[in-house]
Amino acid sequence: EQEEEEVEEEEGWQRLYPGHIPTSPLQKALLAAGSAVMALCDPYRHDMVAVLGETTGCLALPNLRDKMRHHPEGYRILQERPRIRLSTLDMSRLRGLPDGSLGREYVRFLEDNKVSPDTRMPPKFVDDEELAYVIQRYREVHDLMHTLLGMPTNMLGEVVVKWFEAVQTGLPMCVLGAAFGPVRLSTRKLQVLATELVPWAIRSGLNASCVLNVYYEQRWEQPVESLREEIGIFPPP
Amino acid sequence: VYQVFESVAKKYDVMNDSMTLGIHRVWKDILVHKMNPTPGTVLLDVAGGTGDIAFRFINYVRSVRERQLQRKLKNHQSLSWQEIFESYQKDKFNSLGDSQVVVCDINREMLKVGKQKAQHLGYSEGLSWVLGNAEELPFDDDKFDVYTIAFGIRNVTRIDMALQEAYRVLKPGGRFLCLEFSHVSNPVLSRLYDLYSFQVIPVLGEVIAGDWKSYQYLVESIRQFPPQEELKAMIEDAGFFKVDYENLNFGIVAIHSGFKL
Repeated sequence: EQEEEEVEEEEGWQRLYPGHIPTSPLQKALLAAGSAVMALCDPYRHDMVAVLGETTGCLALPNLRDKMRHHPEGYRILQERPRIRLSTLDMSRLRGLPDGSLGREYVRFLEDNKVSPDTRMPPKFVDDEELAYVIQRYREVHDLMHTLLGMPTNMLGEVVVKWFEAVQTGLPMCVLGAAFGPVRLSTRKLQVLATELVPWAIRSGLNASCVLNVYYEQRWEQPVESLREEIGIFPPP
Repeated sequence: VYQVFESVAKKYDVMNDSMTLGIHRVWKDILVHKMNPTPGTVLLDVAGGTGDIAFRFINYVRSVRERQLQRKLKNHQSLSWQEIFESYQKDKFNSLGDSQVVVCDINREMLKVGKQKAQHLGYSEGLSWVLGNAEELPFDDDKFDVYTIAFGIRNVTRIDMALQEAYRVLKPGGRFLCLEFSHVSNPVLSRLYDLYSFQVIPVLGEVIAGDWKSYQYLVESIRQFPPQEELKAMIEDAGFFKVDYENLNFGIVAIHSGFKL
């Protein structure tokens, strides 16, 4: 492996962070196309959704990073690089917080839906170390989005969150997910989606300040409703 | 190398089809046709994991055997139908004509996939699955009529040892056959081939198998492998005679052959 690194440095291709796989523009294009097709064919390939996000995010990610840089809280996040993982979270403390607080509701969400923040894919194909963190932060904050929007992890809930994220981040992967996700839903659900949920998600997304600029780890005690108001997310229907 | 194939085992066949656009099947067919085995041949297929060569060998031998039986019957048209029927019973248990193939692989996962495939495709007799290392085969001397290694030898750390082992376990008169990626001398094709290998194959690995690194390793190991003439010399060094090679697809793949005399 050391030999590989030496050769790569010679060619100007460096590993910028652990897990980084440098790729040529052609490879990125092929990856984007391939991962998009694969994600549609096999919805359980979450790794393909992740790859799609990384290979198509070249415009949206710097945009997000700049939004973070120009915001005091966002700037601190970029400096301190907090990670949301089971090992860094004090689950028992969060569980002990009062009902309605961010921490308590987040833990409730994780337990009800049987998900864990540790299953997020680490970035591989982002060619900038800071942008790799930005996309990692976006992934780790996804569950908090569910909590703030009050959406479960079923197909319908995920699509709603994707619409919100698409408006907020501009990531092509979110846009594609939001557009193609509903394909697998029943007509009844599609109706609810189209008439109530999506318009609300879009309005909230547009009205809200950048969700990546919130230092969630310092706001576990804050009531969810107050945080919603502060960010600008309208109450869920 | 072991870990690479552990993760690769289940998607091995799908990946082979995608990477070579199905052409690997033709290459393997050509190998077995070149072998031209007769019923009664005992084959050792090393690094044969998922059984591609073994199944082709069995199919080939079966069809040769069928033709043999048909010819025999034609010569026996004077027999009563009672006697013809009895000869069927005898030969039914011999559709392979005592041919056997031993599939040997260092990786348990690959063997497992191979066994499942065999069951799925209906191959039962004449097949044995053995765990073993090409550099140190668990077999006695002078045991096999043919030794094949298809797309396996480039993963062996000490190729010379694998060749010596091949020589050892072959019977006198036995044949060594190696199917492997080799070097393309044509400069135009070589560049296209490199482009395809380095740009497309790892992407295929990531999209289909979720594994970029194993397929990056694959492409690099192909480049590191000795070219046709060098491999020929190595095979001669192990004691084989009449060593020759045949390029397939301009050298993307080559079949090397040698005899133990």
